[in-house]
Formats: sequence, C-alpha cells, structure tokens
Amino acid sequence: MFSFCTDPDTLGQANWLACYLTTGKHMGLYWSFVTVLVLLAITAPLALAFGFGGAVAARSQIAPLRWFGKGYTAIVRGVPDIAFFMFFVIALDQAFEWVRHRVLCPSWTEPVRQGNDFVVCAAAKLPLGTAPQWVHELYGFGLAIVTFAIVYGAFAANVLFGAMRAVPRGQIETAEAYGMSRRQAFWRILVPQMWIYALPGLSNLWMLLIKATPLLFLLGVEDIVYWARELGSSRQPRFTDYPHGDWRLWYFLGLLVFYLAFTKLSEFVLERLMRRLSRGQATMGAT
Amino acid sequence: MSCWQTIQDYGLRAIGIGERLLPREGYDLCQHFTLIGSGMIWNIYFGALALIAGFFIANAVALGKASDRLWLRKPSEWFVLVFRGSPLFIQFFLAYFIFLRLKQAGVMPWLTAAQAGALLVLILNTAAYSGEIFFGALRSVPRGEVEAADAYGFSGWRRFRRIIWPTTLRLAWPAYTNEAIFLFHATTLVFFSGFPTWKQQGDALYYARFFADKTFNPFVPYPILAFYFILLTLAVIGLFGLVNRRLNRHLPAERRAKMRIRPNLIR
Repeated sequence: MFSFCTDPDTLGQANWLACYLTTGKHMGLYWSFVTVLVLLAITAPLALAFGFGGAVAARSQIAPLRWFGKGYTAIVRGVPDIAFFMFFVIALDQAFEWVRHRVLCPSWTEPVRQGNDFVVCAAAKLPLGTAPQWVHELYGFGLAIVTFAIVYGAFAANVLFGAMRAVPRGQIETAEAYGMSRRQAFWRILVPQMWIYALPGLSNLWMLLIKATPLLFLLGVEDIVYWARELGSSRQPRFTDYPHGDWRLWYFLGLLVFYLAFTKLSEFVLERLMRRLSRGQATMGAT
Repeated sequence: MSCWQTIQDYGLRAIGIGERLLPREGYDLCQHFTLIGSGMIWNIYFGALALIAGFFIANAVALGKASDRLWLRKPSEWFVLVFRGSPLFIQFFLAYFIFLRLKQAGVMPWLTAAQAGALLVLILNTAAYSGEIFFGALRSVPRGEVEAADAYGFSGWRRFRRIIWPTTLRLAWPAYTNEAIFLFHATTLVFFSGFPTWKQQGDALYYARFFADKTFNPFVPYPILAFYFILLTLAVIGLFGLVNRRLNRHLPAERRAKMRIRPNLIR
C-alpha cells in the first residue's frame, strides 16, 4: 500500500509491520469488522421488531396466535442458539427454494427430496447458478441476518412480554376509565411506558448479540474469525512476501481486545441511556 | 439392521466404544436418535464438570470482588470483565492456540485435547458469569440479617458460613439456574471452535451436523437435538428447583422466591 513497501530493504525494519498490516488480505480482515457492525446494525432493530410481534402475539386474545407467540418465546429456553443457527440457515434456504420451485416450475413432477439430495429446478435455485460471486455472498449474509433476527427476536419477545406485564395495572385501568379502546390504551399508554422496564433486559440482549457475532463463521460468512484463522496460520516464504510462523494466537488476541472494547463501550452508553430514560419515572433508578 | 443393533453399535460411539466408522447409509431415525444421544454424553460431561468446578471459583471471585483489599479486588474484576466481555467462541479459539504454544514448549500437552482444554475454558467462563451473579446477590443480602448475626455474637468466618453465604445462594439461585442452562447450551460450541474432534468422537451438535450434511435434510437431526436438549434443560431446572426448595425451606410459604426461568436475566 505504501510506496516504501516495494523497496526490499524495508524487510527487518519497523515499517515492515505497516506494510504487512496493509496487504490486500488484511483489507479483507478490516472489511469483515465492518461486516460485523453492519450485521449488528441490521439485526438489532429486526430482532426487536420480531420480538415485539412475538410479545404482542403472546398477549393476544386469539388462541392460535397466542399459542404461536408463547411457542416462539419458549424456543430459546430449552435449545442452544447455535443449533438454531445451523438449522435455520439450511432450513430457510430450502424453504425459499421450495417455494420458488413450486411457483416457477409447476410442470416438474419429480419429488424435491430424492434420497439424500434436495433437487429443485434450475430456475428456482437461490441464488441463480449464473449469478455473480457477490450475489452469493450477499445471499449468505442475508440468510445469516434473518437467522439472527429469528433467534434473538425470541429473546427480545421474552423481554418485551415481561416488560408489558410490568407496567402498573392502574395505568391501563385509568386509560380505560378515560374511555380509550384496547388498541388506544395499548399504543398510547402501555407501549411508551414499557421501555423503561424492558431496557435492562434489552441491554443484556444487545451484549448477547455482540457476543454472538463470531458465530457468523459457522454460518459460512467470511467474517473476522475466518480472516483471523486465515491470516494467522503460518506462511512459507515461497508463497508470500511476508512469511511468518503460527500467529493465530495474536490475531485472536486482537479479536478478544476488540470485543472487550466493544462491550465496554456498549455498557457505558447503555448506562447513560438508562439514566436518561429513568428520569421522571417512579422507579428505584430514577433521580 | 435392527434398531437394537444400532444402539449397541453407536450408543457409546461418542466415547469411542462400539463401531469404528460412522454410519454411511440408511440414516434412519434410529441412527439419528442413537448417535445424537451418544453425543449428549459430552455435553453432559462438559456442563456438569464445569458447573461443579465453576461454582467454587465463582464463590471465590464474588468474595474477591466484594473485598476491601485492592490486590484481591482488582484481579477478580479483571477476570470477570475479560470472560464476560468477550465471546466464548473467541475464548475457545484463543485458549486453543495458547495450549498449542504450551504443547510445543512441552508444557501440559494434554490441554490441546477438548476434554481438558475446552473444559478449562468452560470452567473459567462459567466462573466469571456466576461470580458476577453471586457478587450481585452478596451485595443485596439484607442488612438486618447481618446485624442480627452481629447481635448473636457471630463474627468472621462463622458469620459468613452460617448467615451471609446461605442468603447469598438463596438470592442468587434463580439467576444461577439460568446460568447453568446457558452453560449446557454453550457446550455445543466446543467442537466447532478450534478444538479438534478425535476419531469423530463429538458432541450432540457435531453428530446432528454430520447427519444434516449427509442427508441434506435439517428437519430431522436438529429437532432430535432440540428434543434431547429440552430434556436436559428440564432435568437441570428440576435439580436446581430441589436445591432452591432446600435453600428457601426456612421461609414462610408466601415469601419463598418463586423460580422464574427467564433467559433475559443474565448472559
């Protein structure tokens, strides 16, 4: 990257490191940090929306909808989230392809599952076989986002369900006494007030989400764990200008420091937010 | 091949007893249930041992964090910060590469095996999380109880052992139950995080993924895995519920802390 990197004399000098850390592959590593941040930025609101939907469904008066909501909030209690990740990535992919197969190739008579294969017609493949590489990567990333949102949405649903129940009953009763309908009382009284009760749980969830981002690696996305393993493993002088031994230890140490800084920063910001939102509330944290 | 034969062949496959090769054909329900179930041996091994060892360290960490002495408090705080502030997945990787270095230096080569190395990481991880829980509980021990203990002439170790510690445990127990459940869930990460599987002896998720890769059908192995884990979770809740009842036995019925299993409390 730097002009002095072309000069072979820099080897063994201090700026060797500057050259080493700016190779094309290291740029991939730095971009994958952006990937993690993008994932968080998209997943967090999406999971919150899923969670809100789940919590509302769990409170519904329509029985099947309530069962669905309760079931959704219950799934995360008993089963490891990693299992969900691995399941949903394949299951969603197959579900999308199956639906497209049904719509796009109605004349196809063979079964979709043939022994140990999952066969759909070429037009239903996702992404299409002719699609460029970046579409494949984007599709994989999109599947990962939806998977994260489903799993952490269930956590969020738990939090929000609890928060809705924590709002004092008297508030709703007052709203009803003023002649508000159920819908009005929900949107104007319950929802604005529940956030303060939900915030501790949601900040916990945010931490969980941050700490779950390395699992992207298991979903087949080229994330920071992938690059740290790739770049850290030992290099022979024959294949690269920057030969080194097994440096994976140092790369992962770097990742650890990154996550520590990130969670610490989040903690600081969330605490400020908590203090801000507690203002004027009749809770212990209010000042 | 009958199902009984499959169970004999693969029931203990995860610890190296029985058939040497994993199944190559059939992939029927019986094989799924047997092999994933045999993988649960490792999940229970990691979870149970880490829980027991972590419990003692967690108490020490909680006391360290609550200590007045700086040289006790600072290390405990840092320990909790590092293990709670970073993903377990990264901790596994980092620990594995540290163990690899140690092995090359000839120190404790057995730590690179998952049975020892990953267990150590899990112990430290759960110790940090539970230490934080116990610390929080320690700080919320009612002042009146401590004053009553003083009035009765308890002091030092006896006051801690007879009054403060039981109350701490009682207050911490619902959250600690949650932590135990999360720990068992976290054991599924072990074989996906650098630690190599030896002779394909993996945990339940390892075998579930094996089947999902072979049959390209995630709708059978993962629900089976979920079934096993729900059983395990219920067992943990039941066991911890018994302890909770014992910890609360002196309280009048209406004041007993109800066990509320809420995953949003911790982690």
